[in-house]
Amino acid sequence: MIAEAGLAALWLAAMLAGLQLVLAWTAVAQGNKEALRLVRPVAVAQGVLTGGAMVALIALFLRSDMSVYLVAANSHSMKPFIYKFAGAWGNHEGSMLLWIAVMSASGAAVALFERGLDRRTHIATLGAQAAISIGFYAFLLLASNPFKRLNPAAADGQGLNPLLQDPGLAFHPPTLYLGYVGLSVAFSFAVGALLTREVNARFARAIRPWVLGAWILLTFGIAAGSYWAYYELGWGGWWFWDPVENASLMPWLAATALLHSVSVLAARDALRAWTIMLAVVAFAMSMVGTFLVRSGILTSVHAFAVDPTRGSFILALLGIYIGGALALFALRVHTVNEGAPFDPLSREAMLVVNNLLLCVILGLVLIGTLYPLLTEMLGTSVSVGPPYFNAVIGPVTLIMMCFLVIGPSLRWRRDDPKAALRRTAPAVIAAVVTFGAVLLLADRPVGWLPLLGLTAAAAVAVASVAPLWKRNLLRTPLFTYGMVLAHLGVAVSVAGMASESAFSSERLAAAAPGDSFEISGYSVKLEKVMPIAGPNWTAMEASLVISRDGRVIATAKPQARFFSDPPTPTNESVQITRWNGQLYLVLGEALENGRWQLRIWWKPFVTLIWGGAAMIALGGVLALIGRVRRERPKPDRAPALDGAQALA
Amino acid sequence: MVVASGRQGPKRKHQRLMLVLMALGALIGGVLLAMSALKSQAAYFYTPAEALAAKVEPGKAIRLGGMVEASSLKRRNDGVSVDFRLTDGKASVAASFSGITPDLFKENSGAVAEGAFDEAGVFRATNILAKHDERYMPREMEGIQYDPTTHKVDTTAQ
Repeated sequence: MIAEAGLAALWLAAMLAGLQLVLAWTAVAQGNKEALRLVRPVAVAQGVLTGGAMVALIALFLRSDMSVYLVAANSHSMKPFIYKFAGAWGNHEGSMLLWIAVMSASGAAVALFERGLDRRTHIATLGAQAAISIGFYAFLLLASNPFKRLNPAAADGQGLNPLLQDPGLAFHPPTLYLGYVGLSVAFSFAVGALLTREVNARFARAIRPWVLGAWILLTFGIAAGSYWAYYELGWGGWWFWDPVENASLMPWLAATALLHSVSVLAARDALRAWTIMLAVVAFAMSMVGTFLVRSGILTSVHAFAVDPTRGSFILALLGIYIGGALALFALRVHTVNEGAPFDPLSREAMLVVNNLLLCVILGLVLIGTLYPLLTEMLGTSVSVGPPYFNAVIGPVTLIMMCFLVIGPSLRWRRDDPKAALRRTAPAVIAAVVTFGAVLLLADRPVGWLPLLGLTAAAAVAVASVAPLWKRNLLRTPLFTYGMVLAHLGVAVSVAGMASESAFSSERLAAAAPGDSFEISGYSVKLEKVMPIAGPNWTAMEASLVISRDGRVIATAKPQARFFSDPPTPTNESVQITRWNGQLYLVLGEALENGRWQLRIWWKPFVTLIWGGAAMIALGGVLALIGRVRRERPKPDRAPALDGAQALA
Repeated sequence: MVVASGRQGPKRKHQRLMLVLMALGALIGGVLLAMSALKSQAAYFYTPAEALAAKVEPGKAIRLGGMVEASSLKRRNDGVSVDFRLTDGKASVAASFSGITPDLFKENSGAVAEGAFDEAGVFRATNILAKHDERYMPREMEGIQYDPTTHKVDTTAQ
């Protein structure tokens, strides 16, 4: 019953999306006032129905209803509660349902809460959102029905990939999806504004909270995914340039650029056409990401299903929506007036440079990700990995950080070169001091990329707090603090990356109980290895006593696990976090004569990577709160004003 | 004044033109950077016979895929290094690796080794991908069958 109800809710929601599109079209193109009133309730109803379908699927997983194909293929009755729950989106169909549920929920949110836009643009935006949703409903209902029945029902399920059996699964995909799909809202706003020719500062102020919200979630999602991969895979790395990681990074890069250009549009009414273009690109990257992950065209732990029809379906959607938006852009761009002018030395100009560099990085990641697919079509198999990405992304990021030192302290429109130079002097001094200190104090030769990374991080750290210099801190708006915190987060994160890559130590050993090893001042002693059992796995667990200067500071228990359904071995690494880094311990295979493989890393300041990312996201949260508090029009006045405009 | 002159036609045109030129410059620069990096950094996939035929130079990073030959997998005394041979049925190549090998890395099953040949012609792997399960395995290894007694590799299933 639940499955049928979920499916019915989905079909109904799809119909409503069609209705929403037609209504919005009549309202915007023909000025039909009845239709104008109906669009918002329909959008909300559609959101509620799809949310209901998602709840139904979760209920099926929780009840372990093995008469549903998806549950039988991906769940198991003996699985812990949280993985039954999260398992609902740990597969292709479920994750697409989650995608559309988030999409229609954000459509409903736009219908309910958006008050900054003029009414026609608002309705056009909801129409565009409905148009995107229809494609995804079609994809879900025709090519990946999550509620398909299995007859006869399976005795029990096949279980969930053990690598996915981690609490991270409960949070990581929904956060990323909220971010991905939040960019669909930005896309719809851009299409709506192009349709009604209302690309201006008011539009920018209205779109900004949505872009910020999506960007915050993407930032959290990527950081969480990176940390998850770091401890779950047990390889000691925190970013692998895996195509699926790139798929989440590309929308983030575009959203970061969009965020900055929206600020220019809101504050100075400049970069109009460029901002619209970025909104389209950002959502295009979300869809490219979905295509790469969902088509199974890539080898990855994320590639749940290898089904070419699904890949072509998403590719077709990508072509229709992005092609359509670009065509609309080309048709309407001449009606978008050029914005306000500015000098080459101004905050606007620096933000243009920021945007261009972010787009260059985006392009480099995109090329690196698609190149293997391209060569495969031509018959040679090539893999593009960290050597390529580090070689191209590192230097461009460093250049961008140089501009990040100058940009935030410049004035809008034009600035005095001498004054600008004076303001950046402290940052330059910090850079020089850091450069010298690293060269003098390092206990080993440091590569030029980490060296310059630490140098740039120091400069950015100083420059990012400079906007607060000599200001009344109590009267400084919250969004300025947001900017300061986010830029500081960039410095912190880059410092962590540079430090980890330059100063990590590694020990690989075959250890018998009683053996101990020294690494960066820590002593790791293997006490014993014992078997242990969990709810759906068994494991060998090592007891490692960690001491420093003769004092015991912790006991780590890394495991080599073996999951029963499906039968798969995995590694459970252990991280011991200190203020200045992490000790990372992995238990490997059993060897002959009672020895065990042990892999130990000392990673100095590695936690700064995610700490910095969290600061970036929190900076976004501060900016979001600050902007909404200042710019949100009073609800009782705004609709009357909009009504008058719509009639005019 | 700059602000006043900015209101006039020529200056405005100039600004949009400048932006477009900068964007073009960034685009061209980015593509050139990507192409040069791809040329030197992209790792090609070879089977052992292809690698020998192509005479891959020592130190050049490649991916070598094949079956771990029967009774070729030996662990050294340090407990963490392994020596093995990868075969594609036509040729086989000696390889070595230090580190914790994937759980499903074993004789008679497929593996892709990332790394480079050394001067002696031994493949020094820096990373090994093994066939995890049906859902996660090196793409190049899909559908390859290996007969451990005859060392025949059947790629027709591909």
